[in-house]
Amino acid sequence: MSVFLNSDSKIIVQGITGGEGSKHTARMLAAGSNIVGGVNARKAGTTVKHNDKDGNEVELPVFASVSEAMEATGADVSVAFVPPAFSKDAAIEAIDAKIGLLVIITEGIPVQDSAEVWARAQAAGNATRIIGPNCPGIITPGESLAGIIPANITKKGKLGLVSKSGTLTYQMMYELRDLGFSTAIGIGGDPVIGTTHIDALEAFEADPETEAIVMIGEIGGDAEERAAAFIKENVTKPVVGYVAGFTAPEGKTMGHAGAIVSGSSGTAQAKKEALEAAGVKVGKTPTETAELMRELLA
Amino acid sequence: MDLFEYQARDLFEKHGVPVLKAQVATTPEEAKKAAEALGGGTVVVKSQVKMGGRGKAGGVKVAKNPDEAEARAKDILGLDIKGHVTEKVMIAEGADIAEEYYFSVLLDRSNRTYLAMCSKEGGMEIEQLAVERPEALAKIPVSAIDGINDAKAAEIAEAAGFDADTAAKIAPVLTSLWTVFESEDATLVEVNPLVKTGAGDIIALDGKVSLDDNADFRHKEHEELRDISAENPLELKAKKLDLNYVKLDGEVGIIGNGAGLVMSTLDVVAYAGEKHSNVKPANFLDIGGGASAEVMANGLDVILGDDQVKSVFVNVFGGITACDAVADGIVKALEILGSQATKPLVVRLDGNNVEEGRAILQKAAHPLVTLTDTMDGGADKAAELAAAK
Repeated sequence: MSVFLNSDSKIIVQGITGGEGSKHTARMLAAGSNIVGGVNARKAGTTVKHNDKDGNEVELPVFASVSEAMEATGADVSVAFVPPAFSKDAAIEAIDAKIGLLVIITEGIPVQDSAEVWARAQAAGNATRIIGPNCPGIITPGESLAGIIPANITKKGKLGLVSKSGTLTYQMMYELRDLGFSTAIGIGGDPVIGTTHIDALEAFEADPETEAIVMIGEIGGDAEERAAAFIKENVTKPVVGYVAGFTAPEGKTMGHAGAIVSGSSGTAQAKKEALEAAGVKVGKTPTETAELMRELLA
Repeated sequence: MDLFEYQARDLFEKHGVPVLKAQVATTPEEAKKAAEALGGGTVVVKSQVKMGGRGKAGGVKVAKNPDEAEARAKDILGLDIKGHVTEKVMIAEGADIAEEYYFSVLLDRSNRTYLAMCSKEGGMEIEQLAVERPEALAKIPVSAIDGINDAKAAEIAEAAGFDADTAAKIAPVLTSLWTVFESEDATLVEVNPLVKTGAGDIIALDGKVSLDDNADFRHKEHEELRDISAENPLELKAKKLDLNYVKLDGEVGIIGNGAGLVMSTLDVVAYAGEKHSNVKPANFLDIGGGASAEVMANGLDVILGDDQVKSVFVNVFGGITACDAVADGIVKALEILGSQATKPLVVRLDGNNVEEGRAILQKAAHPLVTLTDTMDGGADKAAELAAAK
């Protein structure tokens, strides 16, 4: 078992012929992902060639649309590497095709576009789970990668991980590579995202393979506070947390569009306190957080 | 990007929101001319700073004629309002205010949609109203697909408790304000106060607008709204180099990859600093996933340009870009900088090909570079070096 993604997942790549799309299609294949094709309306009917994890060449068909790709391949996951100006249309296309999981990697999408995409996903009955945008994606180590997470820094194991930040996801996967991960999800740091901490916590709680959960948050918004309330009511598995941004000054954006502190809410301190009040052990540094997890499972 | 009041006013006017005539002045003489151009009658001279509480701080004054406008502008220009020095004033027509209301529409990130807020009790600090009399502030969710159409505007006006006549007058202003929000890619449009004049007209008297920087690619004209004079010179330089840099007040320069990891690095350095003369992180700098030699050199160049910096902590996790490539980048960056690199560098690499990366740095044996194994250890070393200077 795992969460949202496994070896049966059939993945297409929106923007498969672009620079990033091409580079990461190759990496996902090398990580063992079952990539079955891609989408680029202008290059429909052509193919792209890559190697799979055993070094065998695979020829992937390029389709005109997500719905065509799904019909031809049975794909149930799309990973979108589409420039910000075209991301909204690409996402709506995937939602209209009712694909099960849409991972939007693209950074720098206007927030009004993300809000519209979310509204359309809801209007379509939430048939599509969205991860991102501005995220590293999702990995079920040893089975499948849908995104840009380095696949060889950890192994399969018993921890679930959910994080706003990409590199902190990697850092934590690496720190806890001795325990390994069932699934790690980078949900992205934008103000409007699809899958939230709560969605991931709920899925990890239900996943028999996941024994404990690492949750990484950062300044901005109230997602961590709401996740804390959720944990208190609904999560029985041990949760260890980390929050970045204690020293971030008020009113300054720190890279992630969402990572901005305004006023008293949204501070790292408030998030840490909320998590601790829910019984979550919160580390002062990523390394200390990893230690807390080891102690919990010792 | 947050706009000045006069910039918000201009955007309102562009999209058909009723506003008062106004001009901007940077000198008392210009203020006088502006008052003359507005008809020579009563005007309001308003400090243009991106900070609330201007009225209480003496930043908003009424002037009965152009000479008075000149005198008031002289008072207000240079006025410090909570750390923001007034460099511009707006000279606006006087208004016959009968009633003051409040309206805003903003991104509601918790609910992943927009929220409109409206009240018959405008003029005061809305945070205060929300706490003291929440029932007086109507909060209506706005769909990201439909926005504020006529029906939604009527719903908002009704929820705020306006009488039918006033509601009918306010509703079209609300749809125009939505047009500002949507077509300018704003994350906040706020009018406080939205006034009704003695003649019964609705006017947006003071406005606040925040624009989404991610949407700059479809609003080239927004570049002109940027207040470059107020930006830190190091931040400007970094922006030109396409670096994600924020200047802070501290001694330990920070370079890392990924916003979350860099934020975390700032925290870890601040903790370490508690043991070393309370030194603090000097900046946020995210060089992204690539971490090429050129980007590393540019980053170091910006950080070493900060006189406050005493040591630099390079904290990179080798994920997609493996550690050997990052180490090559650091070595080449130091070659590019040559004698300009004068401050000690603590480097922590972890992740893919970490042994190869460390070997490259050990072989280069640059006298300024100290290698560490862990993030916490690196932060401690960098803080120690900064405190020793």
